[in-house]
Amino acid sequence: MLTFTIRRLLLAIPTLLAISFIIFAILDLSPGDPTSQIPLTVPPEVREHIRTSLGLDEPFIVRYLLWLKQFFINEPLNILEEWTGYTFGDGDRLRISSWATRSPVVDLIVERLPQTLWVVGMSYVVGALIAIPIGVISAYKQYSWFDQVGTFVSMIGFSVPTFFTGLLLIVIFAVNLQWLPSIYDTTLRVTDWSSFVAQIKQMIMPTMVLALYNASQISRFMRASMLDNLNQDYVRTARAKGMKEKTVVLVHVLRNSLIPVVTVIALGVPQVFGGAIITEQIFKVNGLGQLLIIGIQGADIPLVQTLTFIFAVLIVLFNLVADILYGVLDPRIRYD
Amino acid sequence: MIKSRKLMLATAAALALSATGAAAERGADGQLNILYWQAVSVLNPFLSGGTKDVEGSSLVLEPLARYDETGTMVPWLVEDIPTVENGGVSEDLTTITWKIKDGIKWSDGTPFTAEDVAFTAAYCMDESGGCQQAANFSDVASVEAVDPLTVKVTFAVPKPFPYGPFVGAQSPVLQKAQFQDCMGAAAPTCTEANFHPIGTGPFVVQDFKANDVVVFAANPEFRDPEKPAFSTVVFKGGGDAASAARSVLETGEFDYAWNLQVEPEILSQMEAAGRGELVSAFGTSVERFEVNMTDPDPALGDKRSTVEGGPHPFLTDPAVTKALSLAIDREILVEAGYGAAGQVTCNLVPAPEAYASTANDWCKTQDIEAANKLLDDAGWVAGSDGIREKDGVRLSMLYQTSTNSVRQGTQALIKQMWSEIGVETELRNVDASVFFGGDPASPDTFQKLYADVEMFTNNFDGTDPQSYLASWRCSEIPSPKNNWLGGNNPRYCSEEYDALFEELSKTAGIEQRAVIAKQLNDMLVEAGAIIPLIHRGGVSAHANSLGGVVMNEWDSELWNIADWHRVE
Amino acid sequence: MTDAAANSPVTAMPPKQRSMWGDVWRSYRRHPGAMAGTAVFLLILLAVVFGPYIHTVDPGKLDIRAKNITMSLDHPMGTDNLGRDMLAQVLAGGRTSLAVGITAMLLSMLVGAAVGILAGYFRRIDGALMRVTDLFLALPLLPLLLVITMLFRDTLRAAIGPESGIFVLIVFIIGITSWMNTARIVRGEVLTLKEREFVLAARSIGTRNHRILTRHILPNVLSPIMVSATLGIANAIITESALSFLGLGFPSDFPTWGRLLFDGANFMTLTPSRVIWPGLAISLTVLSVNFMGDGLRDALDPRIRGR
Repeated sequence: MLTFTIRRLLLAIPTLLAISFIIFAILDLSPGDPTSQIPLTVPPEVREHIRTSLGLDEPFIVRYLLWLKQFFINEPLNILEEWTGYTFGDGDRLRISSWATRSPVVDLIVERLPQTLWVVGMSYVVGALIAIPIGVISAYKQYSWFDQVGTFVSMIGFSVPTFFTGLLLIVIFAVNLQWLPSIYDTTLRVTDWSSFVAQIKQMIMPTMVLALYNASQISRFMRASMLDNLNQDYVRTARAKGMKEKTVVLVHVLRNSLIPVVTVIALGVPQVFGGAIITEQIFKVNGLGQLLIIGIQGADIPLVQTLTFIFAVLIVLFNLVADILYGVLDPRIRYD
Repeated sequence: MIKSRKLMLATAAALALSATGAAAERGADGQLNILYWQAVSVLNPFLSGGTKDVEGSSLVLEPLARYDETGTMVPWLVEDIPTVENGGVSEDLTTITWKIKDGIKWSDGTPFTAEDVAFTAAYCMDESGGCQQAANFSDVASVEAVDPLTVKVTFAVPKPFPYGPFVGAQSPVLQKAQFQDCMGAAAPTCTEANFHPIGTGPFVVQDFKANDVVVFAANPEFRDPEKPAFSTVVFKGGGDAASAARSVLETGEFDYAWNLQVEPEILSQMEAAGRGELVSAFGTSVERFEVNMTDPDPALGDKRSTVEGGPHPFLTDPAVTKALSLAIDREILVEAGYGAAGQVTCNLVPAPEAYASTANDWCKTQDIEAANKLLDDAGWVAGSDGIREKDGVRLSMLYQTSTNSVRQGTQALIKQMWSEIGVETELRNVDASVFFGGDPASPDTFQKLYADVEMFTNNFDGTDPQSYLASWRCSEIPSPKNNWLGGNNPRYCSEEYDALFEELSKTAGIEQRAVIAKQLNDMLVEAGAIIPLIHRGGVSAHANSLGGVVMNEWDSELWNIADWHRVE
Repeated sequence: MTDAAANSPVTAMPPKQRSMWGDVWRSYRRHPGAMAGTAVFLLILLAVVFGPYIHTVDPGKLDIRAKNITMSLDHPMGTDNLGRDMLAQVLAGGRTSLAVGITAMLLSMLVGAAVGILAGYFRRIDGALMRVTDLFLALPLLPLLLVITMLFRDTLRAAIGPESGIFVLIVFIIGITSWMNTARIVRGEVLTLKEREFVLAARSIGTRNHRILTRHILPNVLSPIMVSATLGIANAIITESALSFLGLGFPSDFPTWGRLLFDGANFMTLTPSRVIWPGLAISLTVLSVNFMGDGLRDALDPRIRGR
């Protein structure tokens, strides 16, 4: 397994380089323009000047290589400098800078991580915690009322988009009942009990909207996989051997049923870092998802390229984690 | 709930204060919450010309003079507005001299001088900097500090309207000490200065999270010791216009929300909750059709929508464009999409009053019969499918605009109105970042106009339309030769227009200028190059507990934020 | 020995006249959820196909004087803010949404299942296929869509007309950007399945790879595929609305369920009918497809079918 992991990690480097090139090419081809957000009163000559000042008149390959250098050399050195306090070389390196904010992209990402991890991350945790037991019980008692209700709720949860559920929650809990804030305050620091309560209050609605969506998806896969396994021969054998029903279901069946769920969760974790564009927008959480969408709308190529590439790294990494977990869950799976 | 209770407490405190003391005290009214659904990206308006950035920075940075709610110029950091009469503007119209008020300080306590003003001009005019407000400095030859309180701007040509530099929110003054190492190519690397500019305005930046939230605190050095009434301002961004309106009008979490282009019935329903009210004001924005005078037929290849590709098969016929204009019921468009934020207009230049023509008022009322008659007389007769045609040319059009729910509603309404006069319409909407992006590789930009008509809004800064009217000269036609740069989207070309424009650029005196500007406006409308639809205003909402808001479309909406205060 | 029996040794040998598909159908019919789902789905299908002939109001007709009606005799589902009849729009929108939803889902399932099964079964191509999957997962969706539209819209429009051109484009875009999860999930399942006894047994008696794939592997990964398909329909219907909102989909006067729901969201408290009906239509479709999928899965599982 170790050689497999090392081989895959080494293989990830050319893969990621190829991905970064393709992403850059797509962003470059994409018809958006960094001056599209400026009022029309700004004349065309000035716009052309702005483009030049952003380096857009350089050839494609030069801009790509510059980004590579900034991402793989300048930024890591910068982080190293901050950690160790040493200065390497002259210490004056060009960092990846967003076109819209004219500030280092990495700083923007770091600034936004807390709210995204709190809201989107929590929604995944809550979603998985709800979904796994629901999936297990639904499958074990297939077609019971619990299963039927579970199916119904998760189908509603999946088929009704978050732009609708989010707005509905705001109308009920923020407008009519006035219980919860509809706007997330990113300047809030949790220092005491009352600020902690405020933090929980502003997290409830966005987290629940996303958790409902995630739980619907995970519980369906959990249920289907459990159903497949409950009818397998080894279950019959285990029962025949006189094992306790609880052990059979929760240890043997559950373990064997987790493979698709692990896949879904491993696919979801990078999405946590990608943020939830619509939900963040509705509740004004202003995390990574909102950063990405603003970057795309403003054709802020350095920002979008960096965010998307970090996202790609996480995808490659977590799919590797999933592959390793398959081996743990089912030792018969071999990769070499 | 907690927040609104806090607000009430703050209000009570403010009331108690104003009841005891005669004058208010700086910072007595606590926190002000402002929501702009587009978040501020950077607080240096020279690096980002977006309205949100300009208005966000207007709490800190100020120009020498600005426009009030009626569009009148008012001295801000100067003694008075220089004119030819008071000797501030030279007789030959090439220099303007500003006299700075004595005693104005930057928020770091240093004096505000003419050096700062001269530096700001140099900063924006630096070729390698990509200054987004460079148009305000067009034709400026030099800006010099005559003495610490006098600054003289010299133009290369006579300027009948010399109020481009340092007037209005788009052209504020930066502090030389803070920005002198940030000239030209170094401008974007000065993140600290761009995020925390030092200004003369009522507030200073305390905390800035780009594209998210700005926290401002009252400026301790502000020239009026009693202002501002608020000690802090939270300037939050994100979401959409409807949710911004909701947070002021329905949940009461915010005190002020900007640019609420939402269907009017939704806004009035929210307003009925009784927590706040809507305010609107009109500037020079006009939602209009720009009509393609050239042939957009895809079969033309590279010559598509260019003068070389030939004239448009039917839109160059003034009878057709006039009929199209007459067939539109603008009142309904206002009612369905704009409400208090829209007025029917038949002019490209709808304001200021002196510049607004009345020659085209026939378009204000829909007249289907007259439109049909016009087309009949011009020889356009209905075919078997009800679509008019002449010599094998069908009145069938592609109508494009940017994506936005109000615009798509307008598209649907106009499509139906045009079907009543036998004109067939295909609708297309393009994402705003592409439509207004101007990427020469994309077929969907508004400059390329690979369609028959397109609809969007444009306006001009300040009160003088000269640079705006310059857009429709022959030389401004976008084409592959100039990489599709140019503001003349209809590809309108008339020697007469160009000659008249030359005259405008040489004429001084508001009255004569207004006469010429009206003539230019009428030429464009009569030729059918422009079909004006709606004079659009800005709509914002403020909480009932917020007083002093004077909505202003000629300058930053927050121009008088120093006077804002809590009321009962 | 039939292959169906190969992986279910306990099932009694079926009488010779009964075919596998006959069994499946009989079993499907006995499944109450599946039958209810089929009935609802057929009802929706009939409504959107024949509804516009009964309720003959033009979905694009504006009547500004009759705007924002919640419910009336003339407009059973009310009207929108431009006075368009909601029932007519829901019916017309259903045609597009169902067509896009089902086709895009099928395309995405086809690609996803094929990639997943091949990658899971053949170790030699696993690496390459999964790296391609990683790439597709990592692509920034919005810019990609803008690029695809820019490159292909006018070509397709010229080739097969504006509406069918956009239809093909949308189905292609949704299909091509949503198969990756299915592929990863199916691959995970195949990885464990191919080490199971019945597959090893089949291989040891010399069964060819393609027979193992179609007879042993495919039926056993049907349940995650069915779940993906159900979720995929919902996803396709919603994604279509996001596309048209971006100006990449059908023209704005072309109603679809997702778009109706999106446009109606802000009118939620003013005219609730604008969100209830399209929302209900989407949910009912997804729910009925889910139950049909459940029934089909049960019917195809030989271990359950025998019961």
